[in-house]
Amino acid sequence: MSESKWMQLWRSLLGAGLGLGLAAPAAADWALNMPRGVTAISNEVYDLHMLILGICCLIAVVVFGVMIVSIILHRKSRGAEPAQFHHSTKAEIIWTVIPILILVGMAIPAAETLVKMEDTRNADITVKITGYQWKWRYDYLDDDVGFFSTLDRASNAARQLDSGIRPTEVENYLLEVDNPLVVPVGAKVRLLITAADVLHAWWMPDFAIKKDAIPGYVNEAWFRVDKAGTYRGQCAELCGRDHGFMPVVVVAKDPADYAQWMADQRREAGLETERAEAVVAADPAPAAMRVEMVEQNERGIDDLVAMGESLYREHCGACHQPDGQGMAPVFPALAGSPVVTGDLSEHVGVVLKGRPGTAMAPFGPQLDDLQLAAIVTYQRNAWGNDTGDVVQPDYIAAAR
Amino acid sequence: MSTAEHHAGDHAHDHHDHGPAKGIMRWLTTTNHKDIGTMYLVFSLIMFLTGGTMALVIRAELFQPGLQLVDPAFFNQMTTMHALIMVFGAVMPATVGLANWMIPMMVGAPDMALPRMNNWSFWILPVAFTLLISTLFMPGGAPAAGWTMYPPLVQQTGSAFPFMVFAVHLMGASSIMGAINIIVTIMNMRAPGMTLLKMPLFVWTWLITAYLLIAVMPVLAGGVTMLLTDQFFGTTFFRAEGGGDPVLFQHIFWFFGHPEVYIMILPAFGIISEIIPTFSRKPLFGYESMVYATASIAFLSFIVWAHHMFTVGMPLAGELFFMFSTMLIAVPTGVKVFNWISTMWRGAMTFETPMLFAIAFVILFTIGGFSGLMLAIAPADFQYHDSYFVVAHFHYVLVPGAVFAIMAGVYYWLPKWTGHMYDEKLGKLHFWLSTISVNVLFFPQHFLGLAGMPRRIPDYNTQFADFNMISSIGAFVFGFSQLMFVYIVWRCVRGGEPASSKVWESPRGLEWTVPSPAPYHTFETAPEVK
Repeated sequence: MSESKWMQLWRSLLGAGLGLGLAAPAAADWALNMPRGVTAISNEVYDLHMLILGICCLIAVVVFGVMIVSIILHRKSRGAEPAQFHHSTKAEIIWTVIPILILVGMAIPAAETLVKMEDTRNADITVKITGYQWKWRYDYLDDDVGFFSTLDRASNAARQLDSGIRPTEVENYLLEVDNPLVVPVGAKVRLLITAADVLHAWWMPDFAIKKDAIPGYVNEAWFRVDKAGTYRGQCAELCGRDHGFMPVVVVAKDPADYAQWMADQRREAGLETERAEAVVAADPAPAAMRVEMVEQNERGIDDLVAMGESLYREHCGACHQPDGQGMAPVFPALAGSPVVTGDLSEHVGVVLKGRPGTAMAPFGPQLDDLQLAAIVTYQRNAWGNDTGDVVQPDYIAAAR
Repeated sequence: MSTAEHHAGDHAHDHHDHGPAKGIMRWLTTTNHKDIGTMYLVFSLIMFLTGGTMALVIRAELFQPGLQLVDPAFFNQMTTMHALIMVFGAVMPATVGLANWMIPMMVGAPDMALPRMNNWSFWILPVAFTLLISTLFMPGGAPAAGWTMYPPLVQQTGSAFPFMVFAVHLMGASSIMGAINIIVTIMNMRAPGMTLLKMPLFVWTWLITAYLLIAVMPVLAGGVTMLLTDQFFGTTFFRAEGGGDPVLFQHIFWFFGHPEVYIMILPAFGIISEIIPTFSRKPLFGYESMVYATASIAFLSFIVWAHHMFTVGMPLAGELFFMFSTMLIAVPTGVKVFNWISTMWRGAMTFETPMLFAIAFVILFTIGGFSGLMLAIAPADFQYHDSYFVVAHFHYVLVPGAVFAIMAGVYYWLPKWTGHMYDEKLGKLHFWLSTISVNVLFFPQHFLGLAGMPRRIPDYNTQFADFNMISSIGAFVFGFSQLMFVYIVWRCVRGGEPASSKVWESPRGLEWTVPSPAPYHTFETAPEVK
């Protein structure tokens, strides 16, 4: 993208004045500076950043320079006699007008870039991003493909208090997810950003995108990546306990690889849907009978509890705590809880639909029937909740 | 001297120069502006150390990657409480304390105009902060949604929620009462001849600050009340599921919040404008333009609030408006900096501790101003926003900005308050330790933010490890250096070289015409100002 004439003008002005190489690459190893990023927009933003930084440095040199000279020369210990002037309209006008001119010169290129950033028209693909406590969901609106993106297991294990695992031994510590957002190189990707519970912000430094995810709002942003690769960012808006642990990872693939990836995703999604439909069609028995049919089902309690324990830690443990004690009063204890040890349908209902007005999110859209069955079974049999209940996936399917 | 005269003199003495009551009742019932000023300052020092301790918990956890010390939920409580305590408990009461001590003496008034309300507005504060700090021991812990209290997250606060709201209400009530008192005092109790444009700049900046307080504290109170009714009474002002708008709270909060940052910095500008002329032995350059610049900054502070919300998804026109209006603030702020430097220019400077802090203020506050200008550029702000760059920015304007100015003011007026000179050697040592460590603490945070580290996170990728470690080392040195400040002030109160009434070589202002220590009652007869 060609540089605006304003940026060129500034470049020559500052370059002459300071010898400042505005195009000099950032000191990437020491990570002193903003990354240039990989989109045309992120490059423009980088240039704006360097421009305003250069202007500030230039003013700083002049202003602090005068001040230091004064501190050296005009000190009583050198026998300086104080002058008594205290006013100069001319000086006041000069140092009001010059900053205004600089600001106008700065505002124009900034506004130009801003206009481009907000132009989300003519997108090639659209992805809806939903922030959850504490994960992201990506839905490809043109392809009926969607998935959750959570902190990878290695980082998650290492980040526990006193885990004993050194962060330096985990690759991309806290910046790796299980399912990254995959996009094609060269396509204009439009993002629709919202949230399901509290505020989040989707930040990808390499694309110069940071947009708040707000319940009830759909915010827009767009990017076009020119280079295949993996790009990493993080949630930027405080969203509760695990705000620091919901990274953003984007993988940009060549169009052919992307098409292949998308075909795989669609096939998997199709299979899932078919399977779910088949289960429901084949076995329309009332849900209440399900629990009594434990023996006939293919999933034993040990299976489900083992699976449920690890899923519980991943999805529920941050609030309700691994020991089921919760964090009163916001996150209630599940150990001995009347919901978890009481009526099964109410328990499953809360897990599926959440509790509006509280931090309890609906997990129905987030996890599949088997995963939810495992979690509920685990909760009903862990920490002294010895209900002996075993919940099967089709019970969940019927309760949805 | 005849007996009758002697008797009359004694009587006058009893009547006019009665000292304070003894013991704790002196402090509980006092209506004396000097006593109340002292209480404000001591209270703010205690809060400064409390909030500072919380900052050290934060920096200790961030010393290296991985979680070593605290749970992330507790970490969030620390960041939230640190900010609330520093803003409402340390910086604001400190400037009110200075106003209480100095404004009556500077305008030649015997006391504040509303002395009983003055007592009340102070004593609300310890109650408010006892409530706020007690939430640390409640089920669910202290508030953890940030000092900005954004919904919906803040609605996940535990038992602490109503206490937080009520504490904010109390702080607001205290601030509004203090502000009314200051305005009434300045408007009605100036000595004959003290016209508005003869007032010391500290009085001017506080007058404007007081109007800001009255304008915006009720807005905050309204915002948190709406949070309260959303939480307990089924309203949905900010709940999207009931047709409410989570972003509305941000607009309300920052309509308060941006003037709030000037509430913290304008009195600091006033202090610096007193100190630099004294130690440059030269009148303040551009007095009137200083007053107009302060008023312009105050006006602009009401039309820039949404620059705290550039990433919220405003329409383009809104982003452009708030970008341009924010950039404009650089103009009056620049005028102030240029005036301070012109005041120093061709003066005869000496570098006692207050002057050292004032010079550091001008340089380091200006650095905070530069990063503020960078943050105003909306496209670049999308990168800076909610990163450590912002943390570096506002700490530069608040710590070596507001806090340094307050310390400069304390060193400047301490001999007037106590009648003793503080230990200049220790004062300078305190200055150098603070100035070096505050930069070690906050400068690397610019790099962290630019490299992509978000704020308010308890753990980070290993690429951020080096600068975080440096920053934490700076934090501990800075934190412990402040114990020196406590010691210096304590020693100065207890004794030291007697101070003359002028204290410094050529200070300007009525406060230097009364003896040191300033008598319990000053200017019972108004002085004549020419």
